[in-house]
Amino acid sequence: MSNPYIVLPIILQLVAAVVLMFFWTKTKAQKTISILFSTAAVAVGVYMLHSVWHHGIQITHSGNWKAPFGITFVADLLAMTLILISSIAALGVSIFSAGSMREERLKFGYYPVFHFLVMGLQGAFLTGDIFNLYVWFEVIIISSFVLMTLGGKKAQLEGTIKYVSLNLLASSFFLTGIGFLYGLTGTLNMADLAVKMKLIENSGLVNVTGSLFLVAFGIKSAIFPMYFWLPASYHTPPPAVTAIFGGLLTKVGIYAMLRTFSLIFGGDEFMTFITSIIAALTILAGAFGAMSRKHMSKIFGFLIISHIGFMMVGISIFSEAVLVGTVFYLIHDIIVKTNLFMVSGLVMKINGSQDIKALGGLYQSHPLLSLLMAVPLFSLVGIPPLSGFWAKIFFIQGALSAQNYLLVGSVVIGSFLTLWVIARVWSEVFWKKGENLPKQANGVYFDALSNLQQWAYIVPMLLLSIISLYIGLGAGRIITLSQKIASELVDPSLYIQLVLQNQLP
Amino acid sequence: MELLLIFIIGLLHASGIYMLLRRSMFKMIIGLILLGNGVNMLIFLLGKLTKGHPPVIEDGAKIFTEIYADPLPQALILTAIVIGFGLQSFAIILIKRVYQVLKTDDLDELNSTDEEI
Amino acid sequence: MKSIIFRTSSKYLLPILLIFSVFILLRGHYLPGGGFVGGLMAALAFILHSFAFGLEETKNIIKIHPGFLMPMGLVFALIAGLAPWIYQEPFMTGLWYGEPLRMIGMVGTALLFDIGVYFVVIGSVLTVMFSIREII
Repeated sequence: MSNPYIVLPIILQLVAAVVLMFFWTKTKAQKTISILFSTAAVAVGVYMLHSVWHHGIQITHSGNWKAPFGITFVADLLAMTLILISSIAALGVSIFSAGSMREERLKFGYYPVFHFLVMGLQGAFLTGDIFNLYVWFEVIIISSFVLMTLGGKKAQLEGTIKYVSLNLLASSFFLTGIGFLYGLTGTLNMADLAVKMKLIENSGLVNVTGSLFLVAFGIKSAIFPMYFWLPASYHTPPPAVTAIFGGLLTKVGIYAMLRTFSLIFGGDEFMTFITSIIAALTILAGAFGAMSRKHMSKIFGFLIISHIGFMMVGISIFSEAVLVGTVFYLIHDIIVKTNLFMVSGLVMKINGSQDIKALGGLYQSHPLLSLLMAVPLFSLVGIPPLSGFWAKIFFIQGALSAQNYLLVGSVVIGSFLTLWVIARVWSEVFWKKGENLPKQANGVYFDALSNLQQWAYIVPMLLLSIISLYIGLGAGRIITLSQKIASELVDPSLYIQLVLQNQLP
Repeated sequence: MELLLIFIIGLLHASGIYMLLRRSMFKMIIGLILLGNGVNMLIFLLGKLTKGHPPVIEDGAKIFTEIYADPLPQALILTAIVIGFGLQSFAIILIKRVYQVLKTDDLDELNSTDEEI
Repeated sequence: MKSIIFRTSSKYLLPILLIFSVFILLRGHYLPGGGFVGGLMAALAFILHSFAFGLEETKNIIKIHPGFLMPMGLVFALIAGLAPWIYQEPFMTGLWYGEPLRMIGMVGTALLFDIGVYFVVIGSVLTVMFSIREII
């Protein structure tokens, strides 16, 4: 079905950014405008997901240039679900930043750049054109560079060097892959590519191209041999920025892999072999890294890597059962990881430290807040019936039926190690008897903040916690949604047919 | 012409990767720029070269009557150059700031964020 | 930069270059040119002026902060992109006013988009160049 208004999520964020640019130095107005627009984006997301669920895939050809010549935007269930989830996470971060960002950072245009970043994410989810996907990726990374350096502290600059250089390298790989694809098929539309790649006999060349994309998206989503930039850089910017990065940036890489492997490089044994080894090693490397750290944000950074490995399980086996798990995990992970970095930001604000050895006694001093923070921590572990649990059933079930015992083992070990890490964080930070940490004379701590600012910390965590509880307790609906998405991913013929309908006889 | 382009692409990639593997921050950026140019040339080559036939429809005609150069790779390269220009200029300003703050150009000394705590 | 030839010539070059940049902008739809090139040229005209007369003098001529041109240009581009929605056409579809105007040629949303690009480019190049010159 053709619907010219499906680009609305992108436009909304762009309008938000442009309006915010007119209020460059007026920080109070910026906070209000950003929260209003983010709320509107969530509303639009809900409405559009509802409409796609009932009326099927919707497309628009920008500039009225028919596929495969123009840039097509496709709103299918996967794209719309991720748009809704990412705009919820963005709403949370927008409120959180209103409380936690320093004035001087806001004056350097934090909010406009933040909305440009979210616009890039929405665009990457919606586009049906591989080169356009590259452009959205560049929009995302250039905004993330700015967010990461904003403030210009020493550690931030150091982390950014690593982040920038590896992302630029990934972009070159991505572009090389696009060049190969264009040379092989003469088209860039993903639906058209899906048709034309099936006709190519030289499977070696296809695999090389696939590997280039795997490396490019792999660097962006931090899979096994290419994740070193993440723990070196993600803990350096302010907690609000880390929340949006940890929640969304690596997941875009996973989304891009799902899309390209579903449409373009699907069903090759060599790639299955490579990606299942990568998945297993990513899970283990991330979990071991998290065990070795004592800094809360660094622990969570390594946990991102470990859980990217879980999602790679779906990409490597690519059967419907496992993909249900991957999609479910994607939905759960965006919300929980965003929430988790907000937790670490709040702990930092309460005590002025993130060293779990030094911290302690949080449960005694702030019992209600601790309960709130327990929700994301234990959702992440996946204690039934919280949200992380359901996806893992599908991973294990699917991997068993594909007889891939390597992945079964690593998923089980990875889950246990995550449990161990979270239990350690919980007992060290919340249960252990705390000693009074030295407080900086000019520092402003959580208890000294005004009521409004305290609520700006609590409301987004409450919002995201409620949603992750809903994902866990109302899992039936999310599983139905994931099953429909997974069946669309395994058999994308409807997608292809709808995009190319003017071409087929 | 194709052969020449292939050699140039190989040279750009090789020198780009060599520069990337050096320890100096500045040389790393040069390496990334060279690599980016190599990739642009690669797209140009893979889009199939056609000499002397611009993709412009003659006055009075409605369609192309003879073979024409594919305009798409040029559009892709133009986009990639503009994006690359933005990213690279950001990276250059960034390393200037890093040099001002940390007083070093050696990548091996930028390891404090990896250390424990 | 104190050379009298340079100062005198740049005084006259500024309006000429600006007019030429508008010319480049307008011919851009079918011929080489367009908003990006035109914007770069206009920005270069101001930078040349600032080399000859100093940064303060140029800022006085421009009057508004160059950073302000970026959201302005984005607004133009957004309007051009969204106008087709009124007619239920997809985003970015070109809408054209029937008759070609004298000097300007066909007028449509594509021209409006290019004007947006023109302003964004002037704004961003001038902001970058001015802040670099303030550092040095």
